[in-house]
Amino acid sequence: MTTITVTVNGKSYTRDVEPRTLLVHFLREHLNLTGTHIGCDTSQCGACVVHIDGKSAKSCTVLAVQADGASVTTIEGLAENGTLHPLQEGFWEKHGLQCGFCTPGMIMSAADLLAQNPNPSEEEIRHGLEGNLCRCTGYENIVRAVRYAAEKMRAEQPA
Amino acid sequence: MTTETMFGRAIKRREDPRLITGRGNYVDDVKLPGMQRVFFVRSPHAHARIVSIDTAAAEAHPGVMKVFTAKNLPATPVPCGVTIPNIGQKTPGYTMIASDRVRYVGQIVAAVVASDLGTARDAAEKINVEYETLPVVVDAEKATEDGAPLVHDEIANNTSFVWRLDGGDIDAAFGEADVVVKQRLVNQRLIPNAIEPRAVVGRFDRVTGEMTLWDTNQNPHIIRLLISLLTGLPESKLRVIAPDVGGGFGSKIFLYAEQLLVTAIAQDLQVPIKWAESRSENYLSTAHGRDHITYAEMAFKKDGKLLGLKVKTYANMGAYLSTFAPLIPTNLYGTLLSGVYDLPALSCEVHGVLTNTVPVDAYRGAGRPEASYLLERLMDLAATELGIDPAEIRRRNFIKGEFPHRVITGMNYDSGDYEGNLNKALQQFDYTGWRAKQAEARARGKYIGIGLGCYIEACGIAPSKIVGTVWGGGVGLWESSTIRFHPTGKVTIYTGAHSHGQGHETTFSQLAADALGVPFENIEIVHGDTGQVQFGMGTYGSRSLAVGGTSIVKSAEKLIEKGKKIAAHLLEANPADIEFKSGNFSVKGSPDRSKSIGEVALAAYVPHNYPDDLEPGFEAQTFHDPSNFTFPAGTYMAVVEVDPETGKVTPLAFYCMDDCGNVLNPLIAEGQVHGGVAQGIGQALYEYAVYDENGQLVTGTMMDYAVPKASQVPPVTTGFAPVPSPSNPMGVKGIGEAGTIGSTPAIANAVMDALSPMGIRHIDLPLTPQNVWKAIQGK
Ligand code: FES
Ligand code: FES
Repeated sequence: MTTITVTVNGKSYTRDVEPRTLLVHFLREHLNLTGTHIGCDTSQCGACVVHIDGKSAKSCTVLAVQADGASVTTIEGLAENGTLHPLQEGFWEKHGLQCGFCTPGMIMSAADLLAQNPNPSEEEIRHGLEGNLCRCTGYENIVRAVRYAAEKMRAEQPA
Repeated sequence: MTTETMFGRAIKRREDPRLITGRGNYVDDVKLPGMQRVFFVRSPHAHARIVSIDTAAAEAHPGVMKVFTAKNLPATPVPCGVTIPNIGQKTPGYTMIASDRVRYVGQIVAAVVASDLGTARDAAEKINVEYETLPVVVDAEKATEDGAPLVHDEIANNTSFVWRLDGGDIDAAFGEADVVVKQRLVNQRLIPNAIEPRAVVGRFDRVTGEMTLWDTNQNPHIIRLLISLLTGLPESKLRVIAPDVGGGFGSKIFLYAEQLLVTAIAQDLQVPIKWAESRSENYLSTAHGRDHITYAEMAFKKDGKLLGLKVKTYANMGAYLSTFAPLIPTNLYGTLLSGVYDLPALSCEVHGVLTNTVPVDAYRGAGRPEASYLLERLMDLAATELGIDPAEIRRRNFIKGEFPHRVITGMNYDSGDYEGNLNKALQQFDYTGWRAKQAEARARGKYIGIGLGCYIEACGIAPSKIVGTVWGGGVGLWESSTIRFHPTGKVTIYTGAHSHGQGHETTFSQLAADALGVPFENIEIVHGDTGQVQFGMGTYGSRSLAVGGTSIVKSAEKLIEKGKKIAAHLLEANPADIEFKSGNFSVKGSPDRSKSIGEVALAAYVPHNYPDDLEPGFEAQTFHDPSNFTFPAGTYMAVVEVDPETGKVTPLAFYCMDDCGNVLNPLIAEGQVHGGVAQGIGQALYEYAVYDENGQLVTGTMMDYAVPKASQVPPVTTGFAPVPSPSNPMGVKGIGEAGTIGSTPAIANAVMDALSPMGIRHIDLPLTPQNVWKAIQGK
């Protein structure tokens, strides 16, 4: 067992974990943050994407011990003071989800994408989300949702 | 009270707030005190005798609670729920845990229960299973040959059944033909790939003797029924909950070994048990889809008039018959072989063949994509051969005139305007413009192709009489609803349908808001819990709105009827004079004499001033059995570019013109089309579950099996051309599977169209760069 301290959604947690525990299991099993999902075992689907120190990462591919001292944001921590993040709003407005299983990872990846490119083209969105699989939506409305959020975020933050 | 109708409005989904904030409740999120994890040991061999299983070391592993094999578990069968009448279908025995023989890679031979998954897995590695391998067969056509290895010793030629459907004079049709087009078509095996893998949690309450199962499932009542039948646990002591379910596409309909095993193990150990599969486990255990090898011949007159169709299909069923498996390549395939066309004669023979592979069952479209692919591919082959434009040859053969229209397969199409649909599609999507662009591109040495797919499907599954007499299914396919109108004016609707992405909480609320005249926000939809909901049949076959929705509308009608009597009493009028509109009961001709439905409901629960001959309470229930299927149809058009150097196909545009009947919520209907199209394009271009000759699944992880990514599907343009169905009061047909059914042939036809200057007439799916490149090289 190794003791780690991780800040998750602004709150600090100190826990004993097995060295082989993956971050996704740490979040889901130890912290009960089940919004982060597991859809594969080969780092393909992106259902597990969270932010580690502000950058998106597949939490199934990171050991919990590697996150020691880091700040992690999960889907549960994305809305601020009860106000939905523009991406959450976009996914709702544009019907960017059906079963919702890919959605947390998709939103977290899209948030990173928009942080790097506030005004992505359709093609840039489609390429930017290549690490996230959705079987329900055919991606069309996910693209629309990301555009919606991009516009909203640009309107909120005049350059 | 709402006055604006909700039908037809693009209402945002009410299920989304919890799902976009990470507050969904999927089965793997269920956590119970004392819960243990089970890990299943699966056969690494496609066909082998089990000589011995040594579990001693695993049992001694710290943290292990118990190890199970066939020795300490009952031989509970994993049943097939369909026995097609009169064809001598042979259903092989299949038990939840293998005792002496395994027949596919992935079949369960042992189970380890431990405090956590890692421990269970570590211990499982210490289990020593000695196998004696046996010869393997994976190809359905080869499996029927004499001398092929037998998957089940007692089933000759591995043939579970041969199913026939004949109509018209096929010999005359082919005798009269000017042209016969022939093609061998492979409709490749697919893996459904719901992004949520399957999971089951079982809890046995030793005080009440009640078993609760949380199951990633599309039809919890069918699961409860089957488990009750198989284990003797009465329905009253078995509760199946399918909470938020992360997509199904058919693969979560079935009763698998795992639900039975978790039930048995939770009962045995009397602690909560969780099983959650990994993706690679999913590939080896969750039913696959499609997998047909077909020889098809279509006869035409010179002018393009269709005369007849001969089909011989080898349908790979896998090692055992899954829950609904025999239905898929027969009554959901052969009966759709008239398509949207006037087909005078049909000869269809389907061999249901057992092989050493994962069982195959319904996957989005289930039989209908296979039928549509076959028809549309042959239509295009004929168009090329006869020198007729693909749109024109279809136009010449469409069913026209009166509906309902009975086709040669026996199906009675409810309504449709196939030519109108095609014309609208071609016009709206600029078919002529694209043809001009294509000509211009060809002149520049570019290979652009345009492909059409005109599909039909049978939805609103299904009239129970047909299910029983023709299909041989052990269930009725009605749907149920209960509307519980509470004294405070709030409404709970219990539906037997199940949503795993479809958005029923939204659409069913829209329906009920209209029918009852109460605000949308006051309605709550409950589904997916046998402990709360009356018996229901669940969701598949694009049935929820046509069958489940109709049930809700009928329950609402019953409530309004009762409400009229109560209102008449309160208003001192004759019930026959009471009108109901927008949530108000009023006396005809004097609208100011009225009672709201809320007031009426309150009176029904507090019946102080109430009709003598009327029961109190304000609740209604309906079990609705549809009188016919519904028949959505449409025209899909794909535009692709093929790179002749690499064989890479790039879809440039994709257009859909769907007749799914009236559209209740355009946002959701469009989403269904998008998702279906992506899966259909997946089959056309990327996906293939490949077995090697030893029965090993070569595409065993998401690294090898290509679920389409965002960059691999083109923007999809949708359009709707509703011809209302007369089979239900809303005029709806269904839209869940259309996208998958129409898109695969449209893409394939577009690719062949692009390659036609090279003389290439057909390439089997998927049209990967490798397959296309090989075909180009072969020329
Ligand atoms: S769970 Fe699939 S990428 Fe992490
Ligand atoms: S919404 Fe179901 S997988 Fe994306």
